[in-house]
Amino acid sequence: MADDRRSRTIALKVKRQDGPGQPGYWHEFAVPWHPRMNVISALMEIQKNPVTTSGQKVTPVVWECVCLEEVCGSCTMRINGRVRQSCSALVDAIGRGDAPIVLEPMSKFPVVRDLVVDRSRMFEDLKRVKAWINLDGSHELGPGPRQSPESQEQTYPLSRCMTCGCCLEACPQVSASSDFIGPAALSQVRLFNLHPSGKMHASERLEAVMGEGGVEGCGKAQNCVEVCPKEIPLVDSIASVGRAATKHMLLGWLLK
Amino acid sequence: MAATKSLIRSESGRVRRVVVVGGGLAGLMTVIKLCEAGVPVDLFSLVPVKRSHSVCAQGGINASVNTKGEGDSPQVHLEETVYGGDFLANQPPVKAMCDAAPSIVFMLDRMGVPFNRTPEGLLDFRRFGGTLFHRTAFAGATTGQQLLYALDEQVRRWETVDVEDDRGERVPGERMVRKLEWWEMIGLVTDDDGTCRGIVAQDLKTMSIVAFPGDAVCLATGGCGIVFGRSTNSIINTGTANSAAYQHGACYANGEFIQVHPTAIPGADKLRLISESVRGEGGRVWVPRDPREQRAGREVPESGRDYFLEEKYPGYGNLVPRDIASRELFKKCFHEKRGVYNRESQHNENEVYLDVTHLPRELLHKKLAGVLEIYEKFVGEDPYVNPMRVFPAVHYTMGGLWVDFDRAANGSLVMGSPRNQATSIPGLYACGEADYQYHGANRLGANSLLSCLWAGMVTGPAIASYRKNMARSAWDVPSSLFEKAEKREQKKFEAILGLSGDENPYNLHDELAQTMLVDCTIERHNPTLDKVLAKIEEIDERSRRIGVTDSTTGKMNQGAQHVRHLRNMVILARVIALGARNRDESRGAHFKPEFQQRDDASWLRTTMAFHQAGASGAHDGVRFARSVDYSLLGQRVEVKDDVDTTLVRPRPRKYETAGAASAAAKG
Repeated sequence: MADDRRSRTIALKVKRQDGPGQPGYWHEFAVPWHPRMNVISALMEIQKNPVTTSGQKVTPVVWECVCLEEVCGSCTMRINGRVRQSCSALVDAIGRGDAPIVLEPMSKFPVVRDLVVDRSRMFEDLKRVKAWINLDGSHELGPGPRQSPESQEQTYPLSRCMTCGCCLEACPQVSASSDFIGPAALSQVRLFNLHPSGKMHASERLEAVMGEGGVEGCGKAQNCVEVCPKEIPLVDSIASVGRAATKHMLLGWLLK
Repeated sequence: MAATKSLIRSESGRVRRVVVVGGGLAGLMTVIKLCEAGVPVDLFSLVPVKRSHSVCAQGGINASVNTKGEGDSPQVHLEETVYGGDFLANQPPVKAMCDAAPSIVFMLDRMGVPFNRTPEGLLDFRRFGGTLFHRTAFAGATTGQQLLYALDEQVRRWETVDVEDDRGERVPGERMVRKLEWWEMIGLVTDDDGTCRGIVAQDLKTMSIVAFPGDAVCLATGGCGIVFGRSTNSIINTGTANSAAYQHGACYANGEFIQVHPTAIPGADKLRLISESVRGEGGRVWVPRDPREQRAGREVPESGRDYFLEEKYPGYGNLVPRDIASRELFKKCFHEKRGVYNRESQHNENEVYLDVTHLPRELLHKKLAGVLEIYEKFVGEDPYVNPMRVFPAVHYTMGGLWVDFDRAANGSLVMGSPRNQATSIPGLYACGEADYQYHGANRLGANSLLSCLWAGMVTGPAIASYRKNMARSAWDVPSSLFEKAEKREQKKFEAILGLSGDENPYNLHDELAQTMLVDCTIERHNPTLDKVLAKIEEIDERSRRIGVTDSTTGKMNQGAQHVRHLRNMVILARVIALGARNRDESRGAHFKPEFQQRDDASWLRTTMAFHQAGASGAHDGVRFARSVDYSLLGQRVEVKDDVDTTLVRPRPRKYETAGAASAAAKG
């Protein structure tokens, strides 16, 4: 049985797009299977020898990848319709019999080429919500504030967000016709507002997500937690930021 | 020295920027220090900086804060680092780094890194290789990622800060940091005096090639593990920028020192790291005593297990330095054929067990979840229940661009000296894994995050002071210099696009990687190294007959980019293999069975390599030198290849004995 598997090939159907704003089209490929094979290994085979199953020599499929161990977030794409990292997508686990594995670029970001998309908006959103500590400087200022192990256990998972874009891709409220900021940046607001020094500037971050395109835009579909590869409690984050924003708005209004 | 009138604006009124290439920890730290010194920066990165290879560092960062009352100190850290590095590191930079380590970790703490905590709310520290102390601060088992994110956040903040001119007025439209992500540095711009004036870079989305002036250039572009193909490195770690600088005349030092990490998951696309912190928290390495053991790892009783590292090295046990652990694992599997037996294939695999199943689940979850999750996701087995199966993998580049240092009277560094981290090309600096400075012949675990940050902290002020004292800004150099460099690189790229030979560049890379991996890593024999060198020449030859897989223009083209990377890797491979061939001794990660002793009389020196371009049709060569001669701000500097060992006197390494690594540390 082992030998059968070794001579087996894996079929892939890849959505191609030559450049930004160009029409999409499909190519099918077959590559040799090997144990523990992931989607990236399959793409690497195509890259070496870009010939379709119908024998047509084509340009190699372009995709983005860096760490190959699901900590950098680069290789995110839609695999069989579900958004995820392609490095941790093991072929044996996602295969559906003889049906090809379908690869598409994420749909909520502009395509650069083939499976590569431009996620700059996510990094711009991190600027908008001021996702940083207002450090006085990198010179010697002694240790940071003491924190309990419990608070570390709460913030560490939030801090593992790779800005991969899965949550935006899956969110029905994020679309070309909406300016909803999406779960990732909102969760960062929560992260920094929990930190003893970050907290000192909590209102600036809350104000950044109040109003148009802010936390109110969440439709509570909860798709984000379903697809987050790091299992970040995004729904909790949005709820917590939402409550804080409401409180800030009421108090801010009372104080005016 | 005639300093220019304004430090912010050039004579033609443009904002004078410095170029930093690489957005990992070292590059970002350099950027922060430059911004704090009021220097505007253009930051180039192959990938969005948040995706840099620093994210892969797992276990932690060393700092002798001594919160466990063990008597640890920066002095012990220095001693253990240079001992671990088999005395090949210049000691003043190491001393400065170890002295600064506690304040670096405190800075990270202030930046919001979610370090693990003690019950009292202090930073927690764990054990790592080559020491008996708890010296490693950590954020779960994704410390590199957490550190990179903290710096990324600070640099993002600087992206929103306006440049102020000398009178303190905002310069409209100019921010302190301008990020050029998805831009690859492909060449340097040097003037007639050989001073670096900027870079030529390629926009990877459109493949357009543009020259950028920079008052100074800093390469923080990491190591070159991909020369060896599959490794623990990210796919982008080809060393291509370092290779370009080397080909432009920069000295490359200690190329032959490549670290092989003892514990990684074997895989077809990558050898995923299983952090040393797993052993730091109590993980044990073993193989079955019976080489034909049929039972699964978890079913083998204690009496049937050979904890070979603990037996041979009772002092440091599973936490002997990586060079030693890797050799022992290799010996066990490759020479003794005692690796884990595979019932299906009926032979002993090149795998040993790394076992954490005896440790409390809660401890594993709090301190190691990030790495155990990688094992579970990619192998499909639960490491909380089944001992993991691992094997050594190429991991870290100790060698790199040669960089200078300015020694202070107290044995540390003169901070702010423009000599610190300066390469042999004036105006070109290097830091992080891209430089060769801090780890000698073998890096200790959890010293890489530290050396990246420290080197960045040194490079920022060094460049600021270089820039203050330079006679003429790069932004006032005639534009023809940049146009010429731009044309040179455009021509090279067009040549790649026109390649229509029959050699597949990916197969050539596989062949290069295979020969380097098999014959130029853990054990090196001179006759096989000769074969490696012949193979490199063959690949070099064949690489001229490549057929480019993608010749489209005007859009992202990874096929053509790979050809450039391949050629640059071939050139670095030659430096690595020739350095190994020449060095007839064993030191740290460089081990020759025919020359098992360290030979301080002949080889306690830095390997200094310079590129020699072959005449038309001939192979490129390497010129090894005994000194580096360069000129900085009008002054000639000559640095010999002697290693500065003035702080800790070299002695043979004996990890069999507890506390051997530091005279002050008895454990």
